[in-house]
Amino acid sequence: MNTTTEHATEHDHADAHDHAMTDAKYIRIALILAAITALEVSTYYVDFGPLFLPSLLIMMVIKFVMVVSYFMHLKFDSKVFSLMFYTGLGLAISVYAVALATFKFFIS
Amino acid sequence: MADVAVAHDQHAAHHTSSGLSNVKLAMWLFLGSECLLFGGLISTYMLYRGRVNEGPRPGQIFDIPFTSVSSFVLLMSSLTMVLAVSAAQRKDDRNMNLWLTATALLGATFVGGQVYEFTAFYREGLGFTTSLFSSSFYTLTGFHGVHVTIGVIMLMSLVGINKRSKIHGDRAEVVEMVGLYWHFVDVVWIVIFTLVYLIPT
Repeated sequence: MNTTTEHATEHDHADAHDHAMTDAKYIRIALILAAITALEVSTYYVDFGPLFLPSLLIMMVIKFVMVVSYFMHLKFDSKVFSLMFYTGLGLAISVYAVALATFKFFIS
Repeated sequence: MADVAVAHDQHAAHHTSSGLSNVKLAMWLFLGSECLLFGGLISTYMLYRGRVNEGPRPGQIFDIPFTSVSSFVLLMSSLTMVLAVSAAQRKDDRNMNLWLTATALLGATFVGGQVYEFTAFYREGLGFTTSLFSSSFYTLTGFHGVHVTIGVIMLMSLVGINKRSKIHGDRAEVVEMVGLYWHFVDVVWIVIFTLVYLIPT
């Protein structure tokens, strides 16, 4: 194994095991996610006015990023994994946004 | 000799030209490609959700309190899954099996809820071919339900195989891979719950 790979391996091991995520922290994150879900559901019953759609989308993105970053450990793992996942996600969003735009989805 | 073999197996995954586990790399690549699958299904639903010539419309048929509880159940299954991975990394077999079983039960509860929801919708006149809305809705949520079902089967298999001590190589990594798949199924539902159920047509 060359020096670069050794450094990469050591770095990855350090990243994977030294992120200090304890069970208590996982439970805390789950409670935050549950609270956000409760807020999301409340938008169905309470009139948020013009903030309805942006607030729902922001809460959805926050929940998505929290699960991917902390429960899936992407925040602490090698950046290559992030690249793999977010490339697929970005490709999906851009391809389907263009597809929806061709059907005038955003105008209607 | 056997100990040496096991120790070798546990570290073999990282003896690659990239210095990263090939299994993990493949799993993230797979999850990236799954984004494209669900992106297509979600986009199709968004396009067709207002196309209702006959049968009930989305706002008339969705039971938000019921689906909210289902979403909460799936969200909590992500917590039990990450606790299973944490136990596996500590080589705590007893807790790992316990959390894996809890995750499978929560996942099965979610699937049960989805079957109940589909049955209720069908009785209210929303068949698969009733409208473009119903076809795209059942296809999207059905695909997700199949993913959850596959996850439950993987979890129960993992518990069974682990009890027979037949997991070869790095046990923590095997549990982590199943965990990655499970969390992905959860994040897809986070998107579906908001875009399909909470945002009206």
